[in-house]
Formats: sequence, structure tokens, C-alpha cells
Amino acid sequence: MRYQPVIGLEVHVQLLTDTKIFCGCSTKFGAEPNSQTCPVCLGLPGALPVLNKKVVEFAIKAGLSTNCSITPRSIFARKNYFYPDLPKGYQISQFEDPICQWGWLDIKIDGEESKRISITRIHMEEDAGKLVHGELSGQNDGSGVDLNRACTPLLEVVSEPDLRSSDEAVSYLKQLHQIVTWLGICDGNMEEGSFRCDANVSVMPVGSDTFGTRAEIKNVNSFKFVKQAIEYEIQRQIDLIEDGGTVVQETRLFDPNSGTTRSMRSKEEAHDYRYFPDPDLVPLVISEEWVERSRQELPELPEQRQQRFMAELGLPPYDAEVLTASRALADYFEAGVAAGGNAKTVGNWIMGEITRALNDSGTPIESCPVSPVQLAELLKLIDNGTISGKIAKTVFDEMWRSGKAPQSIVEEQGLVQVSDTGAIESIIDEIMAANAAQVEDYRGGKDKMFGFFVGQVMKASKGKANPSVVNELLLNKLKG
Amino acid sequence: MNIFDMTIHELHTELKSKRISSVEATKALLERIKSVEPQVGSFITVTPEQALATAAVADKRIAEGECNLLTGIPLALKDIFLTEGIRTTCGSRILDNFIPPYSATSWEKLRDRGAVLLGKLNQDEFAMGSSNESSAFGVTRNPWNTAHIPGGSSGGSAAAVAASEAIATLGTDTGGSIRQPASHCGCVGLKPTYGRVSRYGVIAYASSLDQVGPLTRDVADCATMLEAIAGHDPKDSTSVDTAVPDYTASLKNGVKGLKIGLPKEYFIAGLDPDVQSAMDAAIETYRRLGAEFVDITLPHTDYAVATYYLIATAEASSNLARYDGVRFGHRAEADGLLDMYTRSRSEGFGVEVKRRIMLGTYALSSGYYDAYYVKAQKVRTLIMNDFIKAFADVDVMLTPVAPTPAFKIGEKVNDPLQMYLSDIFTIPVNLAGTCALSLPAGFSASGLPIGLQLIGKPFGEEDLLRAGYAFEQATEWHTRKATI
Repeated sequence: MRYQPVIGLEVHVQLLTDTKIFCGCSTKFGAEPNSQTCPVCLGLPGALPVLNKKVVEFAIKAGLSTNCSITPRSIFARKNYFYPDLPKGYQISQFEDPICQWGWLDIKIDGEESKRISITRIHMEEDAGKLVHGELSGQNDGSGVDLNRACTPLLEVVSEPDLRSSDEAVSYLKQLHQIVTWLGICDGNMEEGSFRCDANVSVMPVGSDTFGTRAEIKNVNSFKFVKQAIEYEIQRQIDLIEDGGTVVQETRLFDPNSGTTRSMRSKEEAHDYRYFPDPDLVPLVISEEWVERSRQELPELPEQRQQRFMAELGLPPYDAEVLTASRALADYFEAGVAAGGNAKTVGNWIMGEITRALNDSGTPIESCPVSPVQLAELLKLIDNGTISGKIAKTVFDEMWRSGKAPQSIVEEQGLVQVSDTGAIESIIDEIMAANAAQVEDYRGGKDKMFGFFVGQVMKASKGKANPSVVNELLLNKLKG
Repeated sequence: MNIFDMTIHELHTELKSKRISSVEATKALLERIKSVEPQVGSFITVTPEQALATAAVADKRIAEGECNLLTGIPLALKDIFLTEGIRTTCGSRILDNFIPPYSATSWEKLRDRGAVLLGKLNQDEFAMGSSNESSAFGVTRNPWNTAHIPGGSSGGSAAAVAASEAIATLGTDTGGSIRQPASHCGCVGLKPTYGRVSRYGVIAYASSLDQVGPLTRDVADCATMLEAIAGHDPKDSTSVDTAVPDYTASLKNGVKGLKIGLPKEYFIAGLDPDVQSAMDAAIETYRRLGAEFVDITLPHTDYAVATYYLIATAEASSNLARYDGVRFGHRAEADGLLDMYTRSRSEGFGVEVKRRIMLGTYALSSGYYDAYYVKAQKVRTLIMNDFIKAFADVDVMLTPVAPTPAFKIGEKVNDPLQMYLSDIFTIPVNLAGTCALSLPAGFSASGLPIGLQLIGKPFGEEDLLRAGYAFEQATEWHTRKATI
């Protein structure tokens, strides 16, 4: 039998606010354990939560960018369970009436038509702290609790079970990742857990319209692992069914080392979270004006920007997509064009030299040592014939190293292109004189030798000779 | 006159004129505490050194000409208010070693005005109870008759005022926990409108019902205390951002033309005859003062106690989850995490707290949530609507505070349902979120105080205080002293 996988994703997006969702403590990563805490995030008796407005603004932006409706009156709820990293014994989250509902994203898989994936809801919640084993407690067998992360703001983005393959899941996830980083509401760091995903996976016979029993897979923290975990889980469920077994509803943990999933808890062991509205927080009322204001403040989103790059700047679709991979990259590109660069050429340089240099040095585009204006200046030097394209690459490397302007590098190092025919002719004469045998070969019909002479002339001019002038003159002279 | 018997206003006059210093007053109160505590048991913690040190600071402020109504006045707080550096137990063993790192907003406001803290007062554990018998730190006795309970859960706060162990105190009221003990101990107790006073730093029992309020010797003191503690607190999202009126200014405006509603559901058969006659006399007094009476109905009153015990316990079951032995409070010796949770909580919580955690956990459980919690919220709305409708016709309502005077210690300990019913007239006010005042209005044949409850519109504390003040001027119940 053939099986159809059915996948839904729950994505936790850690928001880039300076302070926590219900108190004024810093959200900075990596501080001394428990140094960023107060009575509220420690869950001390008598402490009360106060909602961080920035979190609401970020949630609205995320909702509008994923085509959600913004709930006019949304409610915070308590999710009750005991764990040492959960100071209050409950997590403040949203259950009924989350802030965003009924959204969607269109995903694209190479060579296929785009597909619409529904987003059920986006809600706001606080993160838990984390357990530290051994070191913090100062006892070999003890465990400690670090509550710096407790109460940091999260969005949970829940998709409908609309995804049908691991590729679709990854595509959806990448697009969501692009949007939240584009909006500047999440740093997108999957390793540090700023963007993490649980996957609900089931399989059913092809052609069926009844979903199979699903397993929830937790702890998947890279795109690669998402693909791996889902594929493993699909195969596990198919094998189970083929062997006459049944899939049980359970929570499974992904192990990145083995690439497998293993049971964490069964349905019977599942928590009864006893959700109820948090009486410490009043209902969150969001006016239409507020939503409109947020809509106005939204940046141009990747999809829109791609369209514009194609329509206004004449970029091919592939270039437009690559150049909108992140907002910073698209900004860099546009700044280069604004500084006078030809769009296609700026694009090629970004996708070529700049991407290579960024990757080689592990530098993000935001801190690229060559500014878009400098790049445009460099391109101008090629356009007006001051340097050749080849020399430009040398100049670029120097710009990257020293941060100097291209013009001054060219001047200091005497890299100005030689287009003076007299000067080039005398080099050609010397080369021909020194290589009389090769001249004879060429004249005898060995056309391939032409490249040899070009190379010799360029070498003798230290790369500065204008290649088209060299070509033209060489051709004439070699003819005899 | 004994210093410890004075009202805030009386002592203020003495302090301001420098006839008495705050240190002298504080010493007088500390002496008084020492002599009557063995019989009353109002306090869990007395803080003599801190009290005298603060009093000395207050005296300095007074010497420099800075003397507001609360400067140098010795007060005490229910042990539910967090006090930085001073043990705060909430009447529970689970917090018997808890020294808070911060203070409740309401206490900070009093402290900033120069008030002196004598100590922390006994209460039912986590404010769950109507008799102060559920405290892990021993019972509190009624100063009028020590065989009787003082009421609860702010029993220590009421008993301390009645036994002259503090000039005034703060309590909290979730279902009657200020008004019922005030009534049983013959003092004035106010439960302000929900949102009028910050709950920040007050240990939560049932967050949607809890409210902070004063217990005092007379209505003028009550107005002064409320003025000091009321107001918006950015740290409490449920505190309301409306201006705090000058409660003292309108005290003497009288009750001529005031429309007082008598809800028929509160004058039931089975009301103690002494309570009934105290109510009759109070109605007569108000009539004489020019108030008008209107018969009204609050039809969903019968459901209030059941509704309260679903909502309050549901919230409590969640609020008390943080007492897990991990970060503060009692931690039992244990073998593993689950064992630590189980033992710490089993040892730390008393029987009534456990009962309510169980009830509330059940009410929120999957499969029961709609039938219990959601249904209770709907009934709560009906009860609120009862009040809104009735207040269309009247300015305040007059009812008994409790169906009987204070019962005997031990009388209802084994009958929680009977105990719960003693709050039948106070609970609806918390569910409706409005304000109510408990006033001394007479005595039973056996000499126990009887209280009168005035219920006001939301943020109608001025009406209550004005009506209470007029009653006080026309009667002398509040001037009587317990002979302890």
C-alpha cells in the first residue's frame, strides 16, 4: 500500500524584545545564571504579571505578515503543570481567543505550483527557565535551575495539518523563518532555540480522507533535522502499520545524533493542563486603529520585494529570490543600485564575490566590510574602463581587507587599466619578438595560440592592459 | 486615655502637638501586645526593634514639621502582605521560613507615609477560612470572648484592633475575610472595589476576588487608610486607573435622601434574632437620619456560595502551585523530584488548603471544566447583573455581615459546609467586584459584637464611608471596648 504523510507544525518564535513578556528583566542570552530575574519571573508569592506592549506589537506584525486576522479581544490563559523550570507552576499562554487566527502562507517547491498552507493560530506566551545539571548546584549529582530565560516572550505559530511531505514542511518553515527575521522580531537562531519546531506527523493510505493517529515530535532545531525527523517518523509509522501494528498518540523526542525519534510520553501520561483565563491579566483589547497602524508600519515583505525587483529593476526571478533571502541582503542590493550600480551587475557581484567572501569569513551581510556605495563605485570603475573586471576582483579583495575606497586602491597600486594603443603595441612587439616560433605556429594555422599571446601580454602589463584593446591589436599584428 | 486605645486621628493630634512621641506610642502598643497576646493570639510575628527604629525616624520627621495623618502611627499587617526582610508566612507552614525580598505596594504606601509596623498578624492559612482556626500558627481568639473565634480569614487583623494591639490594620477580603472578622470583633472593615487597591505583593488566594482593605476603630480612620492605599499600580494590571477621591472630605455630608436598598434574600429565616434586631435598629436609625429605604431583590444570591467555591478554589489551585519546594519555602527531605513535590506540599499545606486545591483542580479538569468552572463564571455574571440592576434604584444596600455572631472555637471545624455558609452575605459582593463596609451595629445577648454591612456601587466607597460615618455619629457601638 502507498501512504500519504500528513504534517502540521508548531513553531516557537522567541521575540527580540529587550525585556521579558511580563516583567522588566533583560532577555539577553548567556548571562550569569539567575542574574536576570525579579519577583515576577521568579514566581515569588504576591508577584503579578504586566504585559509588555512590544510583544503585542510584534505578534500583530507576525499575524499581518502571515495573513492572519487579529483578534479584537484576546485572552491570556494559564497552562498548569509542575516542573522545576516553571516557577509559577503554570505557564502564561493563550488558549481560547489567541491574538492571531486564520492565516496562511503560500509555499513553493521547485518545479511545482505554489501551495497554500493554513495557519490556525499565533499566540503569545512566556518561556520557561532551564535546568542545569551538576555545575550550578555545586553538587556532583545535583541539578540547578536557571531562570534567566523564564518569562522571555514567545510566539507559537500553529499550522493546519496541510503539509504532505518533509520538503513541504521545510519549505513552510523556511518561509516562516524568513518572515520573522525579516520583520526583525526574531533573530532566527535555531541552535540557541530562538526558532524551534514541533512536528505533528501521521500517515494514511493514499486516497483516504481520514487522518491517521499522529505523533508529536519535539526538539527539532534545524531545517536539516526537521526533514530528517519527519522522514524518519513517516517511515517508522508506515513500517509499524505494515507490520500489523497501530500508531499510538504520543509525544516523541528527536535525537539528532541517531536521526531517530523515541517515545517521550503516551497519551495516557499526557498532562491535563487545566487551562483557564489568567485572572491576573485583563483581556487584551486591540482596536482596528492599532491594527491599521501596524499594517502601515510593516516593511515590504520578501514576496512583494521580489515582485518589485523583477518588475522595476528587471531582475530574473532567480536573482530576485536570492537577493531577497533576507531583508539585510535586499537592503544591501537596493543601496548598491541606488548608488548608481546597474541592477543586474550589482546583483551578480552580491551573489558572486560578496557571498563568497561573506561565507569564507563567516560574516553576516549586516557587517559586510564593503559598503553598497563602495561596491557601486567599484562597478563604476569597470564601466568607465578605469580597471578591468579581472583587476576589479583584486581591488575588491583589498577593499574587503582594508576597507579603503576602490579609487584610492587603484591609484595607490597603479592598477589603472592601460588602453593606450602605443603602450600596448610595444608590449605586443616585445612578446612577438621573444616568441618567434609561436608566431610562426599561429600563422601556420594554430588559432589556439591566440590565447597564449593574450596571456603573455596581460602578464607583461601586470593585468592592467585593456583586454579588448589587447585583442584587437594582437589580431592585427599576428596577421602580419 | 490609653495610647493603645486611640484612633488614628486621636493619636495623630497627640503626635503632631508633640505631646506623645511615636516611640512612646509604639512602646505602649508593644507593651499592650505583650500583655494580651497570650489570651488573643493576633500576631504571628512581632517586630519590636524595627518598629522602634521606624518610630524614631517618624519622630524626626515630625520634629522637622512633616506629619501627615499616618506619620508615626503604629499599625500591623495581615501576614499575607509581603514585607521586605520580615518573615511572611500567610499562616502556612510551607512559608514558615520565607523572608521576602520585596514589599507589597499597599504596605509601601503606608510605610512611605511614615507608618510604623508592629508586626504580622495571624490569619487562616492562605486566607482560606472564616474563623482563623486553619492557621499553622495557632488560633486567634475573639477579644470580646476568648472562647469564640474572631472570624476569618483576617481574624488577627480584626482581633488586634479590638484588643488594642494596633491602632489600625490591613487585611484582605476574598469572600468576606475583612468584613466578617470586623463584624465579629466590633471594628470597622472595608472591602474596596476590585481594582481600587493594588494586589502586588499580596499573596494570592483567588486573584479575581482578592482585595486589600483596612480594619479600624472608626469610619474616619477607615477613610484615611483607604486614601493612603488606594490607586493605580503599574505593577498590578487589574488595578484601575481612576483618581482617588478625598474620602475624608465627604464624610460629613450626611444621609438625607440617600436611597438604601434592602435585598430580601439577605433577610432570611434562620437569621440569628439578635442579628435581626440589630438590623431593625440600624434601619430605624438611618430612617431617622433621613435615608429612604427601598425593597430590592438580588435573585441569584442562593447560588453565590457554590459559585464562589468553584471560582475561588480553581484560581487557588493554580495560585498555590508555586509552593513546590524548588525556590523558596518548605522543602521536605525527599528521594527525587516527584517525591520532593509530594512531600513538601503534603507537609507544608494544612487540611483546608489541601481541600481547596483538590476542589479547584477538579473544577478545572478536562471534562469537568465546562460543567463547573465555565458554569460558575456564567452564574457570576448573573450575580453581577443582579447588583447592576438593583443599583439602578438605590445608592447603597444594607444587610447583615454574617447570619450569626462569632461562633465558638472548634464548633464548625469538622463541618466545612457550615463554615462556608457563614460567608453567605459577604461572598456575593466579591463575585460582583463591588465594595462593602462592615460597621459595629450592636451586640448579642451574650455580649458579642454584631456588624452591619453597607454595600456600595463599584467605586462607591465615598457613599459607604459617608453613610457609615453618619451611623457612627448617631450610635455608640464603635466606642465600646472589649474588656480583655
